[in-house]
Amino acid sequence: MKNYSSLIFFLAIVFLTACKKENTGTIKLAQHCPPGFELTADNKCLCRSLYHQYNSLNNAGVGGLQTGLPPMRDGFSPQQIDLGRYLFFDPVLSGNQKLSCASCHNPALGFSDGQARSTGFNGQLLNRAAPTLWNVAFLKSFFWDARASTLEEQMQGPLYAENEMNNTQEKLLSSLNAILGYRELFSQAFPKKNNNQIQINEVYTALAAFESSLISLNSRYDLYAHGYHEALKKNEIEGMNVFRSFVARCAECHTPPLFTNQQIAVLGTPEQEDLPFDAGAEKTFNDPSMRGGFKVPTLRNIAQTAPYMHSGKFASLQDVVTFYNSGRGHAVPENEKLSLHWHIWEPNLTQYEIERVVDFLNTLTDESFKPAAPQELPSGLQPVHLKKIIS
Amino acid sequence: MKTIFKFLGMLIAAAILFGAGYLVSKKQKSNVPPPPTVNYFSGAGTKNASGLQQTEERNVVEVKQGQSIQEAVNNAKSGDLIRVYPGTYKETIYIDKDNIYLQGVVLEGEWPILEGEKKRNDAILYSGNNMVIENFKIMNYKGNGIMGQAGNNFIIRNNYIIDTGVYGIFPEFGTNGLISHNILSGIEDAAIYVGMCDNIDVLYNEVFKSVAGIEIENSRHALVEGNYVHDNTGGILAFITPGLPIKTCFDVIIRNNFIINNNLENFGEPGSIVASLPRGTGIIIMAADEVTIENNIITGNENAGIVMTDLNFIAHITKDPESEPNPDRIVILDNIMSNNGSNPIDELKAARIAYMVTAKGIDIVAVGGGTGSCIRDKSKYVTIGLDNYSQCQSPGTANVLSYMLEKPAPPRDTKTEDRGRLIYYGICSGCHSYNLRMIGPPTMTIQALYKDNPQGIADYIAKPVHKRTDFPEMPPQDYLSEEKRLEVAKYMLSIDK
Ligand code: HEC
Ligand code: HEC
Ligand code: HEC
Repeated sequence: MKNYSSLIFFLAIVFLTACKKENTGTIKLAQHCPPGFELTADNKCLCRSLYHQYNSLNNAGVGGLQTGLPPMRDGFSPQQIDLGRYLFFDPVLSGNQKLSCASCHNPALGFSDGQARSTGFNGQLLNRAAPTLWNVAFLKSFFWDARASTLEEQMQGPLYAENEMNNTQEKLLSSLNAILGYRELFSQAFPKKNNNQIQINEVYTALAAFESSLISLNSRYDLYAHGYHEALKKNEIEGMNVFRSFVARCAECHTPPLFTNQQIAVLGTPEQEDLPFDAGAEKTFNDPSMRGGFKVPTLRNIAQTAPYMHSGKFASLQDVVTFYNSGRGHAVPENEKLSLHWHIWEPNLTQYEIERVVDFLNTLTDESFKPAAPQELPSGLQPVHLKKIIS
Repeated sequence: MKTIFKFLGMLIAAAILFGAGYLVSKKQKSNVPPPPTVNYFSGAGTKNASGLQQTEERNVVEVKQGQSIQEAVNNAKSGDLIRVYPGTYKETIYIDKDNIYLQGVVLEGEWPILEGEKKRNDAILYSGNNMVIENFKIMNYKGNGIMGQAGNNFIIRNNYIIDTGVYGIFPEFGTNGLISHNILSGIEDAAIYVGMCDNIDVLYNEVFKSVAGIEIENSRHALVEGNYVHDNTGGILAFITPGLPIKTCFDVIIRNNFIINNNLENFGEPGSIVASLPRGTGIIIMAADEVTIENNIITGNENAGIVMTDLNFIAHITKDPESEPNPDRIVILDNIMSNNGSNPIDELKAARIAYMVTAKGIDIVAVGGGTGSCIRDKSKYVTIGLDNYSQCQSPGTANVLSYMLEKPAPPRDTKTEDRGRLIYYGICSGCHSYNLRMIGPPTMTIQALYKDNPQGIADYIAKPVHKRTDFPEMPPQDYLSEEKRLEVAKYMLSIDK
């Protein structure tokens, strides 16, 4: 299997380099909003969901089934969102033009990459798994350790990290500005530009606009939540009741409607064998009580994004739930003293209950608003994320 | 003023209800108490002079021994009264609908019992609004007795909850609720736990032999009154717990309670927050603000009567930069305190020596930071750490009769006029766009076909027939009610971009 896929990868690269041909400005950016958004008179896309019928306590966007969403990023123009889509799939953003955001956040893999640890620049393994980007518009902090507080701040991580896309701001701007097609698209997306040069903030805005358009709120679970109880089968409802019970307590951290309460929690999940203990949020907040703490991730589309956890240590949802059932701190290295979260305990779920929770997690899938990857990129490069689907 | 009436009215109504029930069952043995005639939260009902709201007629569903309560809930419609007769029911009940009145019928001392056999998770889980749950005996569950996840306008009363594991009664993310006349014991965390809620009254409950009696956590506008809180590890708690998504706790009144002998050995689950409660404390305020403590009888609590503390109280918890750690603007008015602090924890023993306290016990202790707090008559008590407490000028809380809302918290489903729009963009726009071919035909094309005929669309989308060979089949949208289908159909016909 391995050999086979690397062969395809090799062929793909050959193919890509062979057919690099700059696209010369025939692309017109979308004038309509992506699904899930309404276009306003002033050319802004505003998110619309059945969840907007509901309030939430203190507008925090956490609660039960019929609870409103937290505040979000929206209001980008259709053109900015569409431009962001081109950038997101375009390897021209990386230093050696071989990685796009979609390499590690592949729409076909739940906007993750199917790997325990993502593969960065020149095939280097990163230390953590790539999280999904579905519903990032609603998040207040980014990365497993919450070290960025806006999408714009976040993306400067992968863009410029040596082991990821390994670009520099200057080089990124000069390669984009050298492409007539992009100059044209940026002036469609940012019509008030006073010069013809692409600015770095415009790149960030467009990428953020695209990321904020990835909405997943129409799973079978959501039909149940909005009152159509036939949407879930008996075993799935049983699983939901275990999930939100005060024995499993999953919903205390993975709180609906987004299935995250956006807090930091210390679980004591295991690392990959060859990596040292990951301090997580301790580093971000310079606070030893957060050692080993990670941001509670959303569970929407969770069935699409194995392997799981910051470490990618767990191959299946079954393994994840079994972790929670195996006792407080059972995977914490002996020399580590962690402030484990109080909801991490020993729920003593039966095997039957574990399987029902997995059944329930599988109902959180909705990719009905999945955007299409561009057929052609303004850079003339071929989209690189496709190699993943082939292998 | 209205609240006074409402409050009195509630008491009178409760008294009448009880009285009537007893009389009836004494005289005629086989008679079942009648369903209640008043409901304090009827959104639709009209207000009468006393400020009460009359219940609309409720459809009554009866559940008897051998039948399933869950089945009755599944079949229930909004507004139904489900009456559960004495017997033992081995179920977990979940209620994901609004306006369900779940009522046990107690006959000659026989209760309907929800039995968890130490293997079922929670007894009752609800997420709907306008819930009433009363007259149940709940025993031996692993998780909670009664848990609410975001329901507003709830009444949980007259329940008997014994040995149910983690929390006895735990509404979370709810606005406007009453928890009254419940008896709870043997709970390994808080017997009554109000977590991340607004406008809650906790009245006239008896809580004992639990780790924490009553806990108000990350909540606002809570009245804890008239409760008998005895023989727990800690009596009444007002806490900010860090790391929760709602960060504040303020405007809490703890009034007219009996807080007696809370000296039980801590049997909290290792790792839980209450596992670090020292035994023997009557009231603990951790980081919460604007808590008024008035007219309580606080006696026989061996560690201390009242403790105010910052977040350092709990070791081994992840800090939260968004949680303000100090108890501020605490108001301690008149309380009867005696015989507290006779056997304090080591830190307090040391503090006694440091502060050169000669009296036998300690009534009130403040540790850590905090500003703007006061105490009315400090000289009455033995205190430690209250040096920066001023003398209270507050006239007391007599003007607050209830923290529940005068009108029910509005149902969340308010903006129905917009619902067609939300459904169209929230769902249909995945396949239909105004003038583009997507998975389905453009909305413009559909408008031409169904001009002035929204009903036609509403019917089609419930059971689409395959019309166009160059398009896939449209999946049925029959999960949308008839009403919602018509709303979205009208909206679909109205748009022009
Ligand atoms: C080489 C693989 C790789 C590439 C390329 C990459 N990412 Fe990521 N991405 C990751 C990994 C791994 C993480 C988690 C890292 C961490 O938490 O330390 C992540 C995290 C994120 C997050 C945070 C999500 C959350 O829930 O906190 C966002 C948003 C994101 N990436 C967007 C992007 C964008 C936009 C691009 C392109 C500019 C991009 N990524 C390129 C691997 C990649
Ligand atoms: C105390 C809060 C908390 C509770 C309770 C909790 N989780 Fe988590 N969950 C987290 C955090 C934090 C992570 C990320 C941990 C890491 O990467 O080390 C996580 C990760 C996960 C993941 C992997 C997500 C991904 O994208 O890789 C799944 C699946 C999951 N949890 C399911 C559950 C289930 C099922 C339960 C109940 C049995 C549960 N969680 C209970 C906080 C919690
Ligand atoms: C998953 C994609 C999808 C979704 C979601 C969807 N539709 Fe459709 N719709 C289609 C397709 C495909 C057709 C064409 C079917 C055919 O001609 O056989 C269609 C056709 C229609 C028609 C034309 C019927 C006719 O007589 O020609 C109407 C009206 C319609 N949809 C309304 C809606 C409404 C309202 C919603 C939202 C509640 C919706 N659709 C959601 C895919 C979808």
